[in-house]
Amino acid sequence: MTILGSNSMLVWPIILPLTAALLAFIHRKRSSMFGIGGGLATVLATMGLAWQAMEQGKGIYQLGGWQPPLGISLRLDGLAILMLLMTAITGMAVSFYARGYFQSRIARVPVRHGLQKRYFWPLWLLLWGALNNLFVTNDLFNMYIALEMVALSSAGLTALSGKPASQVAAMRYLLVSILGSLSFLLGVGFIYRNAASLDLTTLPTLLTSGPDVQLAVAFITVGLLLKTALFPFHFWLPPAHANALAPVSAILSGLVIKASWYVLLRLCWAFSPMASKSIMILLATLGSLAILWGAIQTLRQQRLKMLIAYSTVAQIGFLFVFFPLLPGSPIQGIKAAIYFALSHSCAKAAMFMASGTIFLQLGHDRIRDMAGIQQLLPMSCFAFSLAGLSLMGLPPSGGFIAKYLYISQAINQGNWWLAAVIILGSLLTVAYVYRVVAQLLSPKIVKGRQQREKISSSMEWSALALALMALLLGLIAPHTLGLLEVI
Amino acid sequence: MFWEKWLLLMILLSSLIPGLIIFCLKETSHTLRTSLNIFSATLKLILVLTMIHGIYLGQDYILKINLLPDVDLILRADPLSALFVTLSSILWLLTTIYSIAYLEGSPNRSQFFGYFSLCVTVTIGIALAGNLITFLFFFEMLTLTTYPLVIHRGTSEVVAAGRVYLLYTIAGGFVLFFATIWLRTIVGTVDFSTSGLLTPYIAERSTTLKIIFMLLIIGVGVKAALVPLHGWLPRAMVAPAPVSALLHAVAVVKAGAFGIIRIVLDVYDLQTASDLGLLSPLIFITTLTIIYGSICALRQDNLKHRLAFSTVSQVSYIALGISIGSPLAIMGGMAHLVHQGLMKITLFFCAGNLAETLEIHEISRMNGVARRMPYTMGAFTLAALGMIGIPPMAGFVSKWYLGLGALSQNYPWLLLILVVSTLLNAAYFLPVIYAAWFKKQEEEWSKNPERNTGLECHWMLVLPPLITAGAALAVGLLANSDLSPLAWVRFIVTKEYGL
Repeated sequence: MTILGSNSMLVWPIILPLTAALLAFIHRKRSSMFGIGGGLATVLATMGLAWQAMEQGKGIYQLGGWQPPLGISLRLDGLAILMLLMTAITGMAVSFYARGYFQSRIARVPVRHGLQKRYFWPLWLLLWGALNNLFVTNDLFNMYIALEMVALSSAGLTALSGKPASQVAAMRYLLVSILGSLSFLLGVGFIYRNAASLDLTTLPTLLTSGPDVQLAVAFITVGLLLKTALFPFHFWLPPAHANALAPVSAILSGLVIKASWYVLLRLCWAFSPMASKSIMILLATLGSLAILWGAIQTLRQQRLKMLIAYSTVAQIGFLFVFFPLLPGSPIQGIKAAIYFALSHSCAKAAMFMASGTIFLQLGHDRIRDMAGIQQLLPMSCFAFSLAGLSLMGLPPSGGFIAKYLYISQAINQGNWWLAAVIILGSLLTVAYVYRVVAQLLSPKIVKGRQQREKISSSMEWSALALALMALLLGLIAPHTLGLLEVI
Repeated sequence: MFWEKWLLLMILLSSLIPGLIIFCLKETSHTLRTSLNIFSATLKLILVLTMIHGIYLGQDYILKINLLPDVDLILRADPLSALFVTLSSILWLLTTIYSIAYLEGSPNRSQFFGYFSLCVTVTIGIALAGNLITFLFFFEMLTLTTYPLVIHRGTSEVVAAGRVYLLYTIAGGFVLFFATIWLRTIVGTVDFSTSGLLTPYIAERSTTLKIIFMLLIIGVGVKAALVPLHGWLPRAMVAPAPVSALLHAVAVVKAGAFGIIRIVLDVYDLQTASDLGLLSPLIFITTLTIIYGSICALRQDNLKHRLAFSTVSQVSYIALGISIGSPLAIMGGMAHLVHQGLMKITLFFCAGNLAETLEIHEISRMNGVARRMPYTMGAFTLAALGMIGIPPMAGFVSKWYLGLGALSQNYPWLLLILVVSTLLNAAYFLPVIYAAWFKKQEEEWSKNPERNTGLECHWMLVLPPLITAGAALAVGLLANSDLSPLAWVRFIVTKEYGL
């Protein structure tokens, strides 16, 4: 693989948000300004990087010019670019949403929400930088650092809302996350002992198989599954995601769970020739169980945010069922999974954002009392429905493309039960999305507050923009997936 | 050429863009919305006629959009799609006029007309689809755009019916989705063509191909209301009259029937389908549907429900014609696509007029209604006679060709089915006509003062059924002329399929 020169923009998407985080923390009065500005700069840097990658192709960037095993190297390829772009788009929309959200809330309860806002921006920018670092790193220990940064900042964000329920959830989230990180670190230790290297490019050739490597794989996998909340490790996710502030829920469900999933994907890909088949099948089995169990739990929820959070548990399952497809044709399996991740990220974040707006209007999120909200918040309800469309996998949406790729790969490899699980899971998704959308779009008159509350229009617009993005993903697939093949 | 390529896209956009604009309009901007509706419907019709002219001259319209690296969305105008597109755009124009008067003063009109336009866009997309993926793409969208129209009134009964509708159609959609992908993994791209795409695979994969065919037919059969997949259709009658009219004549049910034509003729092609022994089961299911639907229709007192079951029965004529497989039968089936559309939309318009003006929903209350509403009942009578198949109405032409086709393929028992079905049609339509014209009025109808403006009701409610009934008569009378649907269908069968 080529070595990228010092003119590469690879470090900017990491440095910019971290710098903005510091500035936002110091200048607390202008934290949203730094938040939005830092976000925009990061988006620009990411886009510049993507453009540069298309010109120059994939490569390795050596930080400070140090070569592995001494130095840390970053890796730029199609997969990383797609994850960076996903974070940039979802992240920017959430930032605009958050700005409006805090404005609207501070107008009501200045002190408490002022405090929330003050800590939100630095934590969120820190998280953004950590995610970007995670997506490009090519070094196992650096991965651990990034995972830890992601865990700490997102646990902090979860606790922001200040309600007792959310603090309990945040504490549990933090403990699970740290347990996961430690398990990961232990695995990394075993690997270092075996191969004396942490560089992902050279590791596959250096590793000699033995019991310690098997232990390492077990520790790393379990750690990452804990963090990704794959069934049966999903217990911590619904309360944490449902009790957080609306923009935080969008970030957690849209982006954070994909961080540890990405690490697993990256490792499986790097080691795919030597990966054991049984692990892949175990992962897919857990994924299938997550799809079914999560969907059944989702159907039983009475509150909107809880429903969306449980739906994340089910959708995480879809992210794992492709693993048995990896050994056959890695790039095809990855295409399906990455497309699912992209569209889920946009759709789920849009759903949480729309539900936050609805909560702000109604003062509650009981689904059965929502009938008629469409008359007051047409745009948010429309955004929610469009996002639901993508989640269900109906055309024209990113979800449709993802499910198309999944099923055709499954059939190609004769994996019939996988195709069946995906169809069944999609039907269950239709059922729970319908439960909400039927209420949202109902022509009844809404109970309770009849007047539109003061709700910043940027909240409605950013949710809609993300939902439209989930839809647009269904039409630009050749370009998006082209990135995986070209570079 | 530039123009040829973009004409197809413009036909789609001519209802998509107005639809999106209408969503953003205020509820009160009535004039703007109405003129936008009429303008776009007229524009679409003109574009479609331009296209037909081009097709007749041998022009090939095709537009490819890359959906995935190896999957194309193809829009292609062949003569068969032209038939469906023309039907849709003419009936859309008329239904738009009708709905404007029908919904006058009711809430949420912007939303209604917005979805209405989207629904037509999607139907046109189905008609123009050039491969199975494109068909699936629009077929699934049809479910989503019609659902808000079905539940437009929003009462809890309506929402419950809408849920059933959604359950059936989405489940059917996923079956179709699965079968489409499966077929693709075997054959590669599944462009609609008559060139025997599957012939090389018959020997080795015959069982697989049979299963896929079954799944495909189940997938489209839900919308085509084949027994036993028809359960949603009578329930969906809670929709406003223009929606039912559109659903039955053009959009949903017709899209299903159109799908069956495409699958049998253009994906599997007749030879392959009969080699695999797939046509006989299809004949069995369609005849079952024809008889069962008619028997159910007999038992309904609610006029719209009777019409709904009549649709179940009549739409299966289309599939029956295709599955008989002789050129004459195919002509009869395809012509029925248009004929049934014209007649059924008339009947629904009339039922809507009765409900809207006099609040009559039941047949038992229709005694003597023709004296109060002669134009409406005149149109109703024409269309109902056509459905029964009395010469020289359109329905007769379809049944005549179906019968001839059945004989030429050595299915004499099908004639018996056709006769029984005709008798049943007569049994459920003639009493209605008789009661309306010859029985004495027994009870007071509600007086709706706003509607009583000299004419029996708003002229925009009377005109569309008169036009469609006249058209149903004309396509029957002039079936032999060069401009009739039958002539176009003959053109399709001889030129496209070389039969």
